[in-house]
Amino acid sequence: MIISSDDIIIKTIARIFVPFIQLFALYVIMHGHYSPGGGFQGGVILGASLVLLLITHGYEEMRRRVPEGAVILLGSLGLLIYSGIGLTCLLLGGNYLDYSQLSVILHVDPAHARAMGILGIELGVAFAVMAAVCSIFFDISTGGILPEDEK
Amino acid sequence: MIITFDIIILLFVVMCAVAAITVKDLLSAVMILGAYSFFMCLMWTQLGAVDVAFTEASVGAGIGTILFIAAVMKTTRRTRD
Repeated sequence: MIISSDDIIIKTIARIFVPFIQLFALYVIMHGHYSPGGGFQGGVILGASLVLLLITHGYEEMRRRVPEGAVILLGSLGLLIYSGIGLTCLLLGGNYLDYSQLSVILHVDPAHARAMGILGIELGVAFAVMAAVCSIFFDISTGGILPEDEK
Repeated sequence: MIITFDIIILLFVVMCAVAAITVKDLLSAVMILGAYSFFMCLMWTQLGAVDVAFTEASVGAGIGTILFIAAVMKTTRRTRD
């Protein structure tokens, strides 16, 4: 069980840094098709920001900000976005993950539909990876024993 | 390709790899493994694989190190062998 740090320097620096880390992660996800990066790396950086919040502010504070249900919901939502976009392309008559078929729904030409489709896929991957990283670290650091179970 | 830079980085990679498996303190081994990941990240960048370098820096050095530290904290810090 990780308890909150007593050091005000560590807590303040972490509180200042976490939004900037998350902003950088969003940049990595959104700019992933033009530069190095993408859904996986951005999702890992998003997860790392939540892990930083956990090891500085403790388990209770983290649970208050990011409940366990939200982590599970985000992971499932990422998988749903990924497979949903793929299956939509399949239903519209193309191959699985053939984004150019999305031009019928989005009312743009196929080249723009491809760019938007890959953005949706990367967002899905980022959500799933962030939830997986958070979930693995919570389970290892608590040993699978939650404070609710100990009472 | 700068051959001197390559040789220095490869030397540090081999040193970190040997140190990580010979050191007795497991927390030190995890830290040296993180340094190994960063040197591999420099190596990938030097080879032109920037995307792989990004993944190595975020996953290998960031999340991998912190998962190993959590595992060391839950078990023991000293090896028996």
